[in-house]
Amino acid sequence: MRSAVGRHPMPEHDNSVVIENLVKRFGDFVAVDRINLEVRKGEVFGFLGPNGAGKSTTIRMLCGLLRPTSGRARVAGYDVGREPESVRQNIGYMSQRFSLYNDLKVIENIRLFAGLYSVPASLLKERIEWVLEMANLKGQEHLITATLPGGWKQRLALGCAVLHQPPVIFLDEPTSGVDPISRRQFWDLIHHMAEEGVTVFVTTHYMEEAEYCNRLALISRGAVAALGTPSELKKAMKGELLLVECEPLGEAVEILQSAPDVIDAAVFGRALHLVVPDATAAIPQVKKYLSDHGVTVGLVDKIHPSLEDVFVSLTSTPDSGKEWEA
Amino acid sequence: MSFTRFLAVARKEVLHILRDSRGLIIVMIMPAILVLLFGYGVNLDFKGLPVYVYDRDGSQQSQNLLKRFQASEYFDVVRVVNDYPALTRSLDDGHAKLGIVIPWDFSQRLSDHRPVQVQALVDGTDDNTANVLIGYSQAVVQGYSSDIQLDWLRNRGQLVQPALFRVETRTWYNEDLESSAFIVPGVLALVMSVIGAFLTSLTIAREWERGTMEQLISTPVTPVEIMLGKLVPYFAIGMFDVIVCAVIAIYWFQVPFRGSFSTLLLSSAMFLVVVLSLGFFISVIAKSQLAASQISLLATFLPAFLLSGFLFSIEQMPVVLQWITRMVPARYYVSVLKKIFLKGTPTAALNTDLVPLALFALVLALLATASFHKRLG
Repeated sequence: MRSAVGRHPMPEHDNSVVIENLVKRFGDFVAVDRINLEVRKGEVFGFLGPNGAGKSTTIRMLCGLLRPTSGRARVAGYDVGREPESVRQNIGYMSQRFSLYNDLKVIENIRLFAGLYSVPASLLKERIEWVLEMANLKGQEHLITATLPGGWKQRLALGCAVLHQPPVIFLDEPTSGVDPISRRQFWDLIHHMAEEGVTVFVTTHYMEEAEYCNRLALISRGAVAALGTPSELKKAMKGELLLVECEPLGEAVEILQSAPDVIDAAVFGRALHLVVPDATAAIPQVKKYLSDHGVTVGLVDKIHPSLEDVFVSLTSTPDSGKEWEA
Repeated sequence: MSFTRFLAVARKEVLHILRDSRGLIIVMIMPAILVLLFGYGVNLDFKGLPVYVYDRDGSQQSQNLLKRFQASEYFDVVRVVNDYPALTRSLDDGHAKLGIVIPWDFSQRLSDHRPVQVQALVDGTDDNTANVLIGYSQAVVQGYSSDIQLDWLRNRGQLVQPALFRVETRTWYNEDLESSAFIVPGVLALVMSVIGAFLTSLTIAREWERGTMEQLISTPVTPVEIMLGKLVPYFAIGMFDVIVCAVIAIYWFQVPFRGSFSTLLLSSAMFLVVVLSLGFFISVIAKSQLAASQISLLATFLPAFLLSGFLFSIEQMPVVLQWITRMVPARYYVSVLKKIFLKGTPTAALNTDLVPLALFALVLALLATASFHKRLG
C-alpha cells in the first residue's frame, strides 16, 4: 500500500507503534497501568484480554481520542499526545460499536469518509472501487447501511477506515457480534492488508482469533501479562496441562487448588484444566486424590495448552476463564 | 480549515435531515404552523364579548341603552333573562362575560332627572378581559348619559356648548390595532429558536449517543469543520424559514412590512448564529438527546416566548425582569422585527438592537467553538 494521503511517509525501519510506560487513570481507577510495547511495520498485533482489561482505553489513547495520564506513545512516527492530528491522518480506526451512519447509503458513508480523510479527487474513484471490492459490496452501493447484515457492516466500516491508505490501522473488537463465517472472512481481509505492509493493531476477546495474530499482548487489569507469538506464549507456560473430567466441577476445583503438586486449576467448559509440573506422573495422583475426596472422576489426559490456558496461568485468577468466549 | 472536510460533514448532515421524515416536518411545516397558530390563536383583541341582560324596567330608555351596547363591536348582547339567578348562572357557566342589570325605575328616574345606577357584573377570572370590559362598558354608559343631558338641555332651548376638551387619537404603525400585526413578526424568534437550538442540539447529542462521534473525531476533521458542517445546513434552513414566515405574515395576515428586507435577513442571520451556537454548546455539554433538547428549550424557546417582548411588553415588567431581558438575545431580535415590520425604522436607527445582537452572536459562536474538543471523556 502507498503511504497516507498528503503526509510524509514513516521511515521504513521504524516501528509502527511504540508505547512507553503508558498510563491512564480515571479518578482512582487505573485503566491502563504502565504498558510498554513495540509493534513492527506490517505486523498483525493482537491485544487480548477480557472486557474491562483496558484494551479499548489503550487503543483510544493510541488514536489520540484520550489523553494519556502519563507515559508516551508514538504511532506512525507521531507522538499521540502532542501531534494527535498527524496521528489521525496516518491511522484508520474502527471503534468497538458499529459507528458508521445507519441512515446513509453505503456509498454515502464511503464518500463521507473519503471527504473526511481528504482523499484527492484523482484517487477517489479508484479508492471507492477498491473499498466496494474489498468489502464485497459491489452492486450494493445504494442500500441504506442500516439494512446490511452485521458482517457486511463490519467490512464496510473497515473499508471506510482504510480509504486513505493509512500505514497503521486500529481495530477495536472488530468482529464482536458477527457470525463465525463473516469473522473468518474479516480476518482474511486483515491478513491481506498486512501483506501489503499495513500494521494492524487489533483487540479481541475471542481466543480463536488471537491465534490469527503474528504477535500478541495478553492484557489483564490494565497491564501486559505476557507478550509474544501465539506459540511462544504457549511454550512459556509453566508446567504441563491436564484435562480432567469429573463431577461435581465446582467442588473439584476447590479441592485441586489446595492439592500438592498442582500449580493451577480452572473450569473450562464442562471439564477442568489442571497445570502440573509433570503430566505423566500426575495422572494417577489426581485420580486418587479426587476419589479420596468423594469426587467422581472420568477421563484424565494430557493436552496441549490453548491461549486461554496460557492466559489463565499467567494471570492466575482461577475463575477468569469464565469471562472468555471460546 | 479544509473545505473538503467541511463539505463532507455538511453533505452528511443534509442527508440526515432528508432521511428523517419527522425532522423534515419540523423543518418545513412547523414554522408555518407556528405562525398560523399565533396569528389566529393568540388574539389580544376583544370583540363580541357575550353579554346577558336582566332588564327590570323594560322601557324604551332601557332598550336604547342596550342598543348602544349591541352597536359596540366589543359587545354582543346574547340574551335577555327574566330573573337575577339566571343572570348569575350565565356568568357561572361562562356563557356571559358581562351581566347588565337595569333597575325597575330606570326610565322613571331618567324622566325625573335623578341619577340612576346600572349594575354591571364582570367575570374577573381573566383580569385583562375584565379590565377591558369595565372600561368599554363605562364608555358606553357615559356616552348614553351625556347624550341624554344634551337632549335635555336642547329641549329647554339652551345653547349647547361643545365639549371643552377632546382627544383626537390617531394610531400609528398598527393602524387597525390588530393584535396579529403585533404578534406575528415576533413568531420568527420562536421559530428560529426551535430550528436553531432545539434541532441542532438533537443532531449533535445523537452522535454522542450512537457512538458515531467517536468515529468522526478519529479522522483528521477539525472541531471547527465539524461545527460549521453541522450548523451551516441548519443555518440555510433557518433563513429559508424566515422567508416562509415573513411571506405568511405579510400576505396572509396582512401585517405591514415597512422596513428593509435585507435588514430582516441580516438580523435573522445574527439571531440564527446565536441560537445555533447555543444549541451546539448545549449539546456538547449535555451529550444526551433528552437533556440537550430540554436544556435548549429552556435556554432559548422559553426566554424568546416570555422575556423577549414577543407577547408581553418589556416596559410593563418589574425592573428586575427588565434587566434580565437584556441578557435575552431574542429581546433584541423581536425588537428589530417589530420595528422593521410595523415602523419601517431605518437600519441605522436599529443599532441599539443590532449591536447587542451581533455581540451575542460573536460571543456565543466563540463559546461554541471553544467548547468542542476532539477528545472522549
